[in-house]
Amino acid sequence: MRFRFSPPLLRRPGFTAGDAVIVLALAGLLAAGLRLGWRAPAVLHGPEISLSPSALPLYALLSTARMTAAYVLSLAFTLVYGYAAARSRTARRVLIPLLDILQSVPILSFLPVVLLGLSAILPQKPAAELAAVLLIFTSQAWNMAYSFYQSITTLPSELREAAAVFRLDRWLRFKTLELPFATLGLIWNSMMSWAGGWFFLMAAEIFRVGERDFRLRGLGAYLQEAANQGDMRAVVYGVAALVATIVVLDQILWRPLLSWADKFRLDGVAGEEPPRCWFGDLVSRSWLVERAGAHLAAPLGERVDRFLHERLGGAPAAPPGDRSEARPSRAVFLAGAATALLVLYGGYRAFGLLATLPFSSWKPLLIGLAATLLRVAAALAVALAWTVPAGVAIGMNRRLASLAQPIVQVVASIPATALFPVIVLALLSAPGGLNLAAIVLMLMGTQWYLLFNVIAGASAIPQDLRFTTDLLRLPFLDRWRVLILPAIFPYVVTGAITAAGGAWNASIVAERTEFAGRTRTTVGVGALIAGATAQGDYALLLAATLVLIVTVVLINRTFWRAMYRLAEERYRME
Amino acid sequence: MNLVGDENLLELQGVDKTYGSDGRTFLAVKNVSLRIRPGEFVGLLGPSGCGKSTLLRIITGLSPASSGRVLYRGRPLVGINPHATIVFQTFALYPWLTVEENVEIALKARGLPPSERRARALRLIDLVGLDGFESAYPRELSGGMRQKVGFARAMAVEPELLCLDEPFSALDLLSADALRGELLELWLGKSIPTQAILLVTHNIEEALLLADRLIIMDKDPGRVVAEMAVGLRYPRHRKDTAFLATLDKVYAIVAGRTERETAPAGTASGQPGRKTRLPVARINALAGLMEKVREEGGRVDLHRLAGELHLELDDLLPVVEGAELLGFAQVDAGDIVLTALGQAFADASITARKEIIAGRILRHPTIRWIYETLQQDDDRHVAASFFLERLQAEFGDDAPQQLENAINWGRYAELFTFDDDTDELFMEA
Repeated sequence: MRFRFSPPLLRRPGFTAGDAVIVLALAGLLAAGLRLGWRAPAVLHGPEISLSPSALPLYALLSTARMTAAYVLSLAFTLVYGYAAARSRTARRVLIPLLDILQSVPILSFLPVVLLGLSAILPQKPAAELAAVLLIFTSQAWNMAYSFYQSITTLPSELREAAAVFRLDRWLRFKTLELPFATLGLIWNSMMSWAGGWFFLMAAEIFRVGERDFRLRGLGAYLQEAANQGDMRAVVYGVAALVATIVVLDQILWRPLLSWADKFRLDGVAGEEPPRCWFGDLVSRSWLVERAGAHLAAPLGERVDRFLHERLGGAPAAPPGDRSEARPSRAVFLAGAATALLVLYGGYRAFGLLATLPFSSWKPLLIGLAATLLRVAAALAVALAWTVPAGVAIGMNRRLASLAQPIVQVVASIPATALFPVIVLALLSAPGGLNLAAIVLMLMGTQWYLLFNVIAGASAIPQDLRFTTDLLRLPFLDRWRVLILPAIFPYVVTGAITAAGGAWNASIVAERTEFAGRTRTTVGVGALIAGATAQGDYALLLAATLVLIVTVVLINRTFWRAMYRLAEERYRME
Repeated sequence: MNLVGDENLLELQGVDKTYGSDGRTFLAVKNVSLRIRPGEFVGLLGPSGCGKSTLLRIITGLSPASSGRVLYRGRPLVGINPHATIVFQTFALYPWLTVEENVEIALKARGLPPSERRARALRLIDLVGLDGFESAYPRELSGGMRQKVGFARAMAVEPELLCLDEPFSALDLLSADALRGELLELWLGKSIPTQAILLVTHNIEEALLLADRLIIMDKDPGRVVAEMAVGLRYPRHRKDTAFLATLDKVYAIVAGRTERETAPAGTASGQPGRKTRLPVARINALAGLMEKVREEGGRVDLHRLAGELHLELDDLLPVVEGAELLGFAQVDAGDIVLTALGQAFADASITARKEIIAGRILRHPTIRWIYETLQQDDDRHVAASFFLERLQAEFGDDAPQQLENAINWGRYAELFTFDDDTDELFMEA
C-alpha cells in the first residue's frame, strides 16, 4: 500500500490576505444558500426503507450511481480546473489558493446548508439526490484537481521541449504528453477520492434532523434503518452488501485501471513487477475489445486529431519556460471585478445574518468548538496509540504484512459513517453514551489513514539502517528513539493531517443523532450545526459552520504546517 | 573554408540571456556572437554551467534571447525554429508510446496522413538500425537504442539544422562510441538531408572526433572564449599524433583560463576591489590529485590525467582550480605542475595537511573575514545570516554557495564550524 497523496496545503505560505477573501466568499455562499433555505419546507418525509435483503441490490446500485455521478463530475472539474491553473499564470494565482483552502475545509459542514437551499428550489427527492452528489463531489474533486495540476507543472522540461520542437499543437500535446503523464497520479488520487466518497455518501443518505428527513434510498439508509429497528440480521446483510460492492468495484474498475496505467510510468526501468489483475487481462485479451480498438477507436481518434489539428491551424503550442504572458485581458479583469463585488455583497449579507445572532449564542458556540476539538484530539491520540505500534510491526515484517494487508484493506474500506448507527446502538447504554460513540466514529474514520501511512513509513526504513541498529544492539527504547520514530515521523504527520480532517467531518453526523425516535445530543459544534438545521436557526447554523471552517483552516495553517515543516526539514530520508 | 556556403544558416549577434527579474537576476549568457554555415558540423564546447544548453534553446527558439539578434537564413527568428530539431541528452521519448509512435508523433504534428507517416517512420527506424523494434516501448530498449529513436525522430522531420544536446553523455562508453560512428556515417554519406549539425558537449575528445569547427565557451558569465577550425580528416583516431596535438591545444585553451596563484586574492568583504570566489571544497579529491601528480613526477598532461582518473573535465577543473588557489599547483600549456608547497602537501600526514590548508586558506579574504569576525565576537558564535547578508552584496545569488564553501574549508582546517540547529558559525574557545 503506497499513499502517494500528501496534503499539499502545507507547502504553501501561511495565512494570507487571499485566504481571508476566500473565507469571506465561502461565508457569502453559505449565506446565499441559507437565504434560499428560508423557504425550505418545514416538514420533509423521507422514503420508506425496506429491510428485506432483496432490496439490497437496488440500494447498492443507487448508492453506486450517486458515487459515479459525483466522480464523473469531479473528473470533468479536475481536467478543466487543473489545466487552467497549470496553463495560465493569472488563473493560477486565484485557483491554487482556492483549492488549498477548499481542501482543508470540513466538507460535511456544508451538508445542512446545501440540503436546505436545494430543497427550497427543487422537489424533495431531486434536491436530496443532488445534495448527495454535490457533497461527494466536494469531497473528491480537490485532491484530484491538485494532482492533475501538479503533474502538468512538473512535466520534465525535456519532454515539454520535445513537444515544442516537434511542433505538437495544443490538442496533441495534451493527448500525448500531459494527460498520459498525469494519468498515474490521477488514478491514485481517484482511488483515494472514491474511497473517501463513500464516507460522505453514507452521511448524506442518513441525514435527518427534526421534522426534516433528507434520507435517500441506499446502503447507508438501509444500515441506519436496520440499527434503528435493532435488526441485527439486516445489519449483517447491509455490511456484507456494502463490502461486496466496494470490493467488486475495486476488482473490476480500479485494479484494471491501475495495471493499465502502469505503462504511463516515467522511469524507464522495467523494475518493479507491474501490477497484474485478472479482470484487466480478461478484457484486454477479448477479441471484441481488440476489434473495436482497431476498427472504431483508432480511426475515430485519427479523425479527432485531424479535425483539431486543422482547427488549431497546426499552430504549435507556445514554447515552454519563460513565456511572457500577456496582461490579463479586459474580460478577465471585468470578471474579476464582478466576482469581487459579489464576494463583498455575499460577505455583507453573511454579516447581516450573523448580526441577528444574539450575543449569548456565541458562548455555547465556543464551548461546543472546544468540546469538538477535544474529541478530535482524543480520537487522534487513541488512533496514534494503536496504529504506531501495529503499523511498525506490520511494516517491518514482510510476512506479517502479507497476512495483514488484505484484511486491513477490506476493513478500512468500510466507511465509518455506514457503521455509525450500529455503533450508536451498541454504545448508547454505555457510560458516556453519545459522547463515546462520537469519539469512536471519529476514530473509525481516521485510524486507517494513520495505519496505512505508518506501515508505509516503517517499510521504507532503509535496510542498512536497520542492520546497523541491530549490530549496535540498541536497547528497545533507543531503537524507537533513534531509528523508528524519526523515520516514520513524516508519514505520521501526513496521515494525521488527513485523519484530523476526517474527524472534524465526522463531528457533524456524530454529535447529534436521532435514534429509535429519540434525539440525543452532546456538547459540540457538530451538534450545534445539526440542531440549528433542525430548528431552522439559520443565523446559528451560519455562525457554527463558519467558526468550524475558520478553526480547521487555522489549525491546518499553524499547527500542522509547523509539523510538516519539521518533518520535511529534519526527518526526511535521503 | 570555401567548401561551405557563404550564406549563414544561423547567426547570433551579441546575444545575452538573463534569468530572474528585478534585482535578483542571473546572467546565463553574455554577448555571444556566432554563425553556422550550411555543410558545417559545429561543436559547442564548454564546462557545465557555461550556458551552452541555453544557447541551444535560443537557437531552436525554445527560449528567446534577452537581447541581441538571432537570424536564421538572414531573417530574425520568431518563436520555435521550424527548420531545427533537437536530440536530447535524456532522449525525451514518450515512455507510453512505442518506438514507431514516438517517431510518428513528430510527423503527425506536421499534419501528415497516417500512411505516409508510417512509411517515413519505418524508413528512418530502419536507417538507424532499429528495424524489428518498431513496436517496442522505450523502457524495453538500452540507452543507446533509445537515443537511436531520438535520432530517428529528429531526422524524420528532415531538419536543416540538427541540434544535439549532449546526446551521448547519458550512454555507456561503448554505446556512445558506436552511436557517434553511425552518426558520422549518416552525415558524411549524405544519407540525411540535414544542412548543418550543432553538437553541444563538455567532452573535448567527442567534439574533436566529430566536429569541423569548435566554439569554446567558459562560465561566469557564459561567453565564447575561442573558436578554432579542426583540420583533421575523417575517420579520426584517438591515438593519431595529429589528433593528440589538437587535443592538447584545446586543453590548453580550456584549462589555461583558470586563475593563477600569482593573481591577487581579491579584497575582503566590505572592502572595495575585486572579489574572488571560493571553489567548491573537495578536499579528498584535491589530496588525491596532488598525490597523483607527485607520482607522475610533478607534471602531468591534464587530458591524460582526466583519462586515467576517469574524470570528465567538468569534475577535474574545479579541483585544479582549488589547487591553484591554494598555491599547490599551476597550469602551464595544458599541463598541471606541482609547486613546492603542493609537493609538501602531498607528502604530509592528515594533521599536517590540515595545518597547511589552514595557513593557505586564511589568505583568502572571505575566510579571513569570517575567521576574524568570529574571533572578535565575545562568545565566538555569529549567526550565519550575518555573513550571508554581507556576501549577498558581493556575490548575489551565489552567496549561499560561497558561505557553504567557506564553512566546508573552515571545517576541514578546523578554523571554525557550523551548528545546523542554531544556524550559527562558531569556533572553539
